[in-house]
Amino acid sequence: MSDLLLQAVVYLTAAVVCVPVAKKLGMGSVLGYLTAGIVIGPFLLGFIGEEGKDIMHFAELGVVMMLFLVGLELEPEAFWQMRRRVLGVGTAQLLLTALACAAFGIALGVAPSPSLAIGLALAMSSTAIALQSLKEKGLMGTAAGQQSFAVLLFQDIAVIPILALLPLLAIAPSVGDGHGGSGLSHQPGWVQTLAVLAAVAVVIAAGRLVVVPALRVVARTRLRELFTASALLIVVATALLMQKVGLSPALGTFLAGVVLATSEFKHELESDLDPFKGLLLGLFFMGVGASIDFQLIASQPGRIALLTLGVVAIKLAVLMALGKRGGLSLDQNLVFSLGLSQVGEFAFVLFAFIAQLNLMDGAMSGTLMAVTALSMTLTPLLVLLHERVIQPRLGPTRAPAREADDVEDKHRVIIAGFSHYGSTVGRFLRANGVEATILDNDSDRVDLLRRMGFKVYYGDATRADLMHSAGAADAHILISAVDGLAETQAVVETAKKHFPHLKVLVRARHRFDAYELMDLGVKDIYRDHLDTSIRLGVDVLRLLGHRAHTAYRAGQHFREYDEAGLSKLAPLRHDMKDYISNVRELIALQEQLLASDRVGDPGSADHSWDSEELRDVLGKT
Amino acid sequence: MPKVLVLFAHPRLEKSRSNRILLRHTPRSEDITFRDLYELYPDFNVNIAAEQTALLSHDVVVFHHPMYWYSAPPLVKQWIDLVLAFGWAYGPGGTALKGKTAFHVVTTGGPEAAYQLEGFHGSTLAEFLRPLQRTMTLCGMTWLPPFAVHGTHRKTDAELEAAGLQYARLLGGLAEGTLQIEVLQKLKLLNEGVPAAE
Repeated sequence: MSDLLLQAVVYLTAAVVCVPVAKKLGMGSVLGYLTAGIVIGPFLLGFIGEEGKDIMHFAELGVVMMLFLVGLELEPEAFWQMRRRVLGVGTAQLLLTALACAAFGIALGVAPSPSLAIGLALAMSSTAIALQSLKEKGLMGTAAGQQSFAVLLFQDIAVIPILALLPLLAIAPSVGDGHGGSGLSHQPGWVQTLAVLAAVAVVIAAGRLVVVPALRVVARTRLRELFTASALLIVVATALLMQKVGLSPALGTFLAGVVLATSEFKHELESDLDPFKGLLLGLFFMGVGASIDFQLIASQPGRIALLTLGVVAIKLAVLMALGKRGGLSLDQNLVFSLGLSQVGEFAFVLFAFIAQLNLMDGAMSGTLMAVTALSMTLTPLLVLLHERVIQPRLGPTRAPAREADDVEDKHRVIIAGFSHYGSTVGRFLRANGVEATILDNDSDRVDLLRRMGFKVYYGDATRADLMHSAGAADAHILISAVDGLAETQAVVETAKKHFPHLKVLVRARHRFDAYELMDLGVKDIYRDHLDTSIRLGVDVLRLLGHRAHTAYRAGQHFREYDEAGLSKLAPLRHDMKDYISNVRELIALQEQLLASDRVGDPGSADHSWDSEELRDVLGKT
Repeated sequence: MPKVLVLFAHPRLEKSRSNRILLRHTPRSEDITFRDLYELYPDFNVNIAAEQTALLSHDVVVFHHPMYWYSAPPLVKQWIDLVLAFGWAYGPGGTALKGKTAFHVVTTGGPEAAYQLEGFHGSTLAEFLRPLQRTMTLCGMTWLPPFAVHGTHRKTDAELEAAGLQYARLLGGLAEGTLQIEVLQKLKLLNEGVPAAE
């Protein structure tokens, strides 16, 4: 027990110390966790020893959870639309990389069969590292993000056939049968296939028919921790089922996520699992850091460095070629290629399996494990290099260092986020002669807008240094038009902390986000739907025969009333923390809104120009 | 045949019995155009080009509205400010409206007796409309006295129907040319120039 506590203290301390330092240095959390792992690992402080690998095994659940969460954000239709890209780019990446790595192996004197087996393993990229850093930088929605996701998803699917094919490459009969976990590998092929299909069907059917009704029951108990437990159960049970039939647990939970993406519990599941995912992924990265065998590396540093750089270079070359074929701009292509240039966590499993099949000896397996871990560590460094050194030179996409005499460039308005919302604001201002400085973190969009003559900079308004180079110190107004709440909050906090003189106007997706922003002290909040939905309502009144001006005024009344209600109801919301589900919270809140609409009819005080009212009063006198 | 343009402005027609009845009597004729300003511009964003085009193709312009605080509802002022542009309606080259005729059709809550020099309001309707009159004459238009439906708060539906018929005859007579502008100009109220319903 005390051992467990001690370990927990070691891991948590390492994370709490290293990750903020890494973040502060602008390196992203992945590198922070990796460094933490190296520091506490057997070769530096030695707090943890061989059990690092076990920890990693456990922490792979983090990857599984991440895929579940990715699935939750991807509705079935969107998933279906991706199929061609997944198959096309995915197959090409896997086969080309595997063949190139195999050729590299043969050139180094390894026999063809083992070379091919190792090549397939090296072709894998790390879902954990790639997706985590894409999400952290808000790049999932960009072309590079989509392409990365397609490749990673295909790799997850490909693991199964690879595991099935590897024994065919073995010359000597394998010592152990099958690979870890699959209890079906001694069964004939058709049984396995049937089992896989049945498992997928079970996941889809259970998601629809069992999980959602069960979650409703759980939600009714209003015990938050029970809901969290259910969320964990869904993920772990799916992972277990998938493992039993020999499917990748990550793939299975991804599927489960997609199935549940349309359910009303989507956001609740997301917010409940997110901290677990974060912690487990952190643990996973620390495990990778701790497992780097520095003794082995020290005994043959040149060889391992050459191998690591060679493998990363091959992966990069293939990815760059695919990115170029896929129409990515150089900048996006680098985001995509560098992000996926490491050897992934699946390689650990595959190497173990290959060794089991007697395709390679223990020494080679150890070397390759070290190469894999090193390549994972290399990725965040490469990405950092790209962000800091390559990207600023790739042309005008990044906010330039501010020049003191460049008065013309000092725009008084900064728009953060130039999606539909931000671009509408920007166009409107521009049509009225107000040029705003625009910050957006989709480099393809930035390029396009620049060609259209907009002053757009590639960058993230949550970073004080970028805001500074965009001229925040001289600007008057900051418009936050970024998409999510977390990002919006970060923009607001950066502005408050570093540029308190800025007047901040903030877009909020809805009432709940508005409440969160009010908690931050934001006064000027613009809810996405408010104006348009009222405008639609006004048009409905007109179609129903109401006078246009009366309907227009009713709309204006309602908007004022709703805005006033927002600040009135904001404190009440904190009393409703017992509600387990966001959806339930929403219903409760809407009930409250509708009730107060009945009491205080927003239009009831409007008797302007009402001759009937006048006649009534006069008639009584 | 003279063409008549009725510019109707009521911010809350659904609450005005008298104006609803008057509107029911607007003659259907190719020579009479009816434009409901509050319906066209609920947000006061008047389409200047459309309004000017409408003015150009008509000879008689009727401002039909209730009297609020001795004047027209705010959209009428907005309309005047935007549509009667410098260099178009007045000023150098501003001759677009020259030779046309303009007058008001108004409803008032108070009775006719209140709109007399010795009455409750101490002025006649024509005097209250003086700024609007000057606006139209500055644009070179011939000004006619107003057509008024007084005491709407206390009139019965039947009385209002009768006023509606008179209103219809006024518009119809102008469009058919049976009513002479020169004659109408000399009256105190246009109501006197149109025979009331039997």
